[in-house]
Amino acid sequence: MNHWIVAPVLLPAVLGALIVLIARFDPVLQRRLSVLGCSLGLLLALCLFMTVLRQPALAYRLGDWPAPFGIVLVLDPLAAMMLLLSAILGLAVAGYAAGREDENGPHFHALLQFQLMGLNGAFLTGDLFNLFVFFEILLIASYGLMLHGGGEARFRNGFHYVVINLVGALVFLIGAGLIYGVTGTLNLADLALKAPLVESGDAALFRLGGICLLIVFGLKAALVPFHFWLPGTYRSTSFTSAAMFAILTKVGAYAIIRASTLVFGFGGGAAAHLFTPYLLPAALLTSGLGLLALPGARSLGTLAAFAMLGSSGTLFVGLATDESAGLAASLYYLVHSTLAGAAFYLLADRLVDRSGGRFGPQGDRILPRLAEGQGRATAAAFMLLAVMIAGLPPFSGFLGKIFILQAVLGAALAPALQGLVLAVVLLGSFFAMAGFTRAGVLLFWQPAPATDEPPPRQSVGGVWAIGGLMAALLALTVAAGPSLAFFERTANLLLAPEAYVSAVLGQHVQAPPAEEP
Amino acid sequence: MLLSAIVILPFAAALLIPVIARAGAGASLCLGGLSTVMALVALLAQAPLVFQDGLVVERHAWVPKAGLDLAFFVDPLGLLMAGLILVIGLLVMIYARFYFGPKEAFGRFMARLALFQGSMLGIVIADNLLLLVIFWEMTSLSSFLLIGYWSHRADSRRGARNALVITSAGGLALLASALLIGHVAGTFQLTTILGQPDVVAQSALYLPILILVLFGCFTKSAQLPFQFWLPGAMAAPTPVSAYLHSATMVKAGLFLMARLWPILAGSEAWFLIVTTVGLLTMVVGAWIAIFKTDLKAILAYSTVSHLGMIAMLLGLGTKLAAVAAIFHLLNHALFKAALFLSAGIVEHETGTRDINRLGGLWRAMPITATLSTLAALAMAGVPLLNGFLSKEMMLEAAVHADYLGVAWLVPLLATVGSAFSVLYAFRFVGRVFFMGSGRPPGELAHDPGPGLWLPVACLIIPVVAIGVMPGLVAQDLVAQAGSAIIGEDPPVFELAIWHGWTQAFQLTLVAMVAGLLGLWVLRWLERLHAGLWHPSGEQIFGKLLDAGSCVVAWLTGRLQNGSLQFYLAVFCLTGLALGITAFWGGDLSAGTRPLMPLSPLGIIGWLVVLAASGFAVVAHQNRLLALIAAGLAGLMVALAFVAFSAPDLALTQLSVEVVTVVLLLLALNYLPKTTPRLRPLRRFGVNAPIALLAGAGVGAALYALLRRDVNSISAFYTAMALPAGGGANVVNVILVDFRGYDTLGEITVLAIAALVIYSLLQSALRGAAARRLTEWPSSAQAGDSHPLLLVVLTRLLLPMALLVGLYIFLRGHQAPGGGFIAGLIVGIALILQYMASGYAWASRRLPTDYHGLVAVGVLVALLTGSVAMLVGRPFLTGGFMHLHLPYLGSIELASATAFDLGVFLTVVGVVLLVLAGLSRMARLAEPSGETGPLTIALDRGENQPHRRTEDVGHAPIFGSSFARDAADPTAKEPD
Repeated sequence: MNHWIVAPVLLPAVLGALIVLIARFDPVLQRRLSVLGCSLGLLLALCLFMTVLRQPALAYRLGDWPAPFGIVLVLDPLAAMMLLLSAILGLAVAGYAAGREDENGPHFHALLQFQLMGLNGAFLTGDLFNLFVFFEILLIASYGLMLHGGGEARFRNGFHYVVINLVGALVFLIGAGLIYGVTGTLNLADLALKAPLVESGDAALFRLGGICLLIVFGLKAALVPFHFWLPGTYRSTSFTSAAMFAILTKVGAYAIIRASTLVFGFGGGAAAHLFTPYLLPAALLTSGLGLLALPGARSLGTLAAFAMLGSSGTLFVGLATDESAGLAASLYYLVHSTLAGAAFYLLADRLVDRSGGRFGPQGDRILPRLAEGQGRATAAAFMLLAVMIAGLPPFSGFLGKIFILQAVLGAALAPALQGLVLAVVLLGSFFAMAGFTRAGVLLFWQPAPATDEPPPRQSVGGVWAIGGLMAALLALTVAAGPSLAFFERTANLLLAPEAYVSAVLGQHVQAPPAEEP
Repeated sequence: MLLSAIVILPFAAALLIPVIARAGAGASLCLGGLSTVMALVALLAQAPLVFQDGLVVERHAWVPKAGLDLAFFVDPLGLLMAGLILVIGLLVMIYARFYFGPKEAFGRFMARLALFQGSMLGIVIADNLLLLVIFWEMTSLSSFLLIGYWSHRADSRRGARNALVITSAGGLALLASALLIGHVAGTFQLTTILGQPDVVAQSALYLPILILVLFGCFTKSAQLPFQFWLPGAMAAPTPVSAYLHSATMVKAGLFLMARLWPILAGSEAWFLIVTTVGLLTMVVGAWIAIFKTDLKAILAYSTVSHLGMIAMLLGLGTKLAAVAAIFHLLNHALFKAALFLSAGIVEHETGTRDINRLGGLWRAMPITATLSTLAALAMAGVPLLNGFLSKEMMLEAAVHADYLGVAWLVPLLATVGSAFSVLYAFRFVGRVFFMGSGRPPGELAHDPGPGLWLPVACLIIPVVAIGVMPGLVAQDLVAQAGSAIIGEDPPVFELAIWHGWTQAFQLTLVAMVAGLLGLWVLRWLERLHAGLWHPSGEQIFGKLLDAGSCVVAWLTGRLQNGSLQFYLAVFCLTGLALGITAFWGGDLSAGTRPLMPLSPLGIIGWLVVLAASGFAVVAHQNRLLALIAAGLAGLMVALAFVAFSAPDLALTQLSVEVVTVVLLLLALNYLPKTTPRLRPLRRFGVNAPIALLAGAGVGAALYALLRRDVNSISAFYTAMALPAGGGANVVNVILVDFRGYDTLGEITVLAIAALVIYSLLQSALRGAAARRLTEWPSSAQAGDSHPLLLVVLTRLLLPMALLVGLYIFLRGHQAPGGGFIAGLIVGIALILQYMASGYAWASRRLPTDYHGLVAVGVLVALLTGSVAMLVGRPFLTGGFMHLHLPYLGSIELASATAFDLGVFLTVVGVVLLVLAGLSRMARLAEPSGETGPLTIALDRGENQPHRRTEDVGHAPIFGSSFARDAADPTAKEPD
């Protein structure tokens, strides 16, 4: 049994508790522990990623109880990929926050570690109820990060965020209850085997349970019409926290992929392809509503928040095809949009006026003075990221979009529908481009009106975090070939999850003697 | 390798130039020029092969699964275009070196120019449609940077933005068409696609493909109605205008139309759309050019007109027209670049581009005047210059065109367009160099150094050479390029000055004479023009953009209206709709489980829950009442657990209910006593049914679920709890062993929640919230801050409560209880001490770091779980053993107990941490100087008699006792 599988959950959990215990009054030690832990986490995620390149799925039976009775962690390519993504993001945010956002209130790094614990746990778990538990960890930690630093707008929007998500948690419980009530199990692999066998008299309840899961995962992924929490939350929190949140909507996408391939796709049955008819309309609406708002965005926060919303929608377009190519394309786009969104938030943080509310409560109104004193490198980074997010050539955003669109054209959809998808996705790029162009021209080209006021105090440093994320994006672009091949393999394994199921349920009762990696 | 080198070299230069830019303009120029020359060498090295085989191909894999390769090919058309791009690029770079003043950031300019050059080269030699689109959009982006080079100028910014928005919109349309072509043809390989023209032409998607391609091409090549971005782009430095906006980038659209000519041309739709748009653009552009007074504006509109003419030729669909198109494309690039560069010289020397302020410059600037005149005459189509030849060819093609049965329409409009171009060409040189004299701006002017005029001369040489010896200079190249467009051998044609007294020659003469006559009646024409309506595309587009952004901002604002009720209503309605749809998609068999008998107590409990919930809704404005109602509902739920034989759940529910209600009461102390009135009844009338429906739906689903039996995994737990888990209490064994990982997660949630609450309250100690707190009105609530009875009672109860906690904790594994419940019980007991005797009193006696307590709890649970890993078992693997001790008998030692200890510590810590946070608020709100609580005389240190509070109205039972000043273990916290 490979103990490293549980390490991505334990490491941040121990660190989070340690930071509270021994480093509460020592900000420097907090930062060191946090950054060190995130670096270790990244190494760990890389090792696990290398593991899944060789093996399709590995199970870890917590408490040494046989599946499906105990809780099982499963490391498969999708989980490993998400772990790696959250590790990259975690390191960038922890490093960037050091000396900046973490000074605005207590417990930033502890909350960040717990956030990572929640993320990693959600990605690793092979148990429906345990997923709920880690969703709770995610939610409460993100709530803490969201409110970090305080302020009226944060409290108001944070209240919306937490209430809507608590309603979502309730729906999750109802859904999990219905599914357990019908199948008698919570283990995802076991569900994959039991779902096709659900008796026809139970089909209605099972489907209802499934749709509850779709609702709550859709809520996490901010799919229209469950998206209302996103703009307010992302707009009002600090950009550093928002950078970490770039992966939050992806947790919803991850859960939908997991559930739709494992429980509601594999093996047919009454609830096979339960999610499919809803995904495409939701994806198109989300993408459309999100990106349409960009040309009207008057602040960096709004711009970034709606870009995140739009990217979440675009991501689901590929998923909705229900085919391997579309799934692979969406996974590629998922990685891209997470990294690009986070990098943009960190860059925006460099621009935000920290001198205290001269440009409004958030200090992020798109005005020429915001970028005053910033070097050409910032302008260049802004343009590069704008190009990436809008999906213009030649970067990963563009590649991701063409992969998705190719998959849509290759899928068994009505030609008119394909045309509609093409139109929405490309018009989305257009609106994003228009919005970012407007912002970039105002920020970096328009001369600021001469005033006697001192220029706004801006943060310095943290360049390596932004640069690192952008380097990852460039790597994703250059190595698009191998990346897409990996994602195709991942997608194929997801769509035919025999390896996953047998890794979890194959060997019964006692686990074999330990084998250290 | 050579082909990709052609593209890579400029990009490499673009990356390196910023690095060496500090070394001066010369270094930047050297690098840019060197990369251009090297690329040109690489290109020319391919030329023999290209002319021999017709094609040179090079391919590298990039994303094979998506059909996206780094594939390049050079055919004669590509060779011609790439040659133009490189040669004119080199000349423009040299020119620019002398054009820009010493204070300009020349390195930045060169880097952007090199970026553009690489992208443009990519377009013309890409052998993969997707790759072509990538380069296409990159030209839009680099052109944006170049137009906006003087970013401090508003017209630069506007021009750059419009150009980017328009051309990249076209690029996106082109991407769509590329995807469709790839879908139809099964490949993105251009050479393959061109080799099987019928596949696209016959497909059902032909028309969408055509429209999308043409949208892309028309936007890029400034055809009506998208032409306005090109004049706007004249805000760019003149070298940019010469290079991008006359010679190369605007030709990209025409190039692509030529490239895809075999698969797209020949249909009725192609002819109608392209010819119509081309003709209109040609005539309208030329007409506008006649009346412009800005040199660059004249040239911009003339460029629009010439682009229209080439588009029209491509649209005609005949092979001869296609050859004429590529020939004129070449000629126009040469003379128009020369004209732009000359205009730049004039502006450079005189400081103005307004022809009303210029005149008679030929005396002062003979070289410039000569070069400009030659270029302008070529533009007008005067014999012995290259423009004459291609224009005659154009008219020849036009004569044979039949537009919807009207034979005279195309020749007529083509002739009109030609006449206009004669008119504006003569007006251009006449007004600048020959008419008038000695006007102020011209006085100081003189010919510039060779750095500026030599590049122009280099462009004029081929203009004259082709014009004089077309057969020798251009025949082969044009024939080869023409055949590359058509895909087969071109029609027989001969480039010659004299073809005989043909119709085309007659029309050329007519156009020439008409143009000269027009010069004579120019004043009258200007009056006519002034009276006409001339819409500004730029303004309309700007208004459209503004209106669009207002509409979307409005729409976004309406949807994102900040009302939680609205969000939740949408959530519930959609959830209901989805749920009902999913439910109806499957069957539901009737339940088999018999219903349980209704007990009167059960009915009462049920009614109480209903009443409490309803009361909470009605009384929501009064926070205290609402909280009590909610607590009541919670207690009834606990009773329900008892009724259904779930003592663990009942105990948990009971203690959670008590702790939360008490903590909420403490918090409410510092909140307004009532909430603001919610929206009027109208909204209530909408939201209430939605809420009721959602509740009814959930209830119905649960009812259906509870009526059936299921074969679940729970049997395993009951069977294995004692033998494998070492506990008789199955619930507890599930919590700490079978699913201990869930419990670990949940105590982490609790711990995080405590941290968040603490942070929140911390931030309430600053800013506006803190001000409100310090001005908190003290209200009369209780006569005694530390009621004697309460103090005594709680102190007596404490040891017992702790003992009960310990008992509950220890027995947890075997009987109802466990760490969680025990933690809550101890928490309640401690809260009582704090409330009764005051925070300071209690915390002095329990000097614990609550943050630490929480963290230790989580760590204990984590470490307990990790111990198993040391012996090679998975995380959280439990173990237990029975110890036989003298006197005490058999004691079970289970790892689960240690895990439960972690749970216990976390829960106690969380309760106390929240309490500590609230007390800090209390201290701020009521910094009363009142002395401590009742202390029993035996108590060390604080031997004070109890004193009744004098001010009866100033002693809230929780608040002030809570708010005692003394040391608080958390007070050392940095704010």
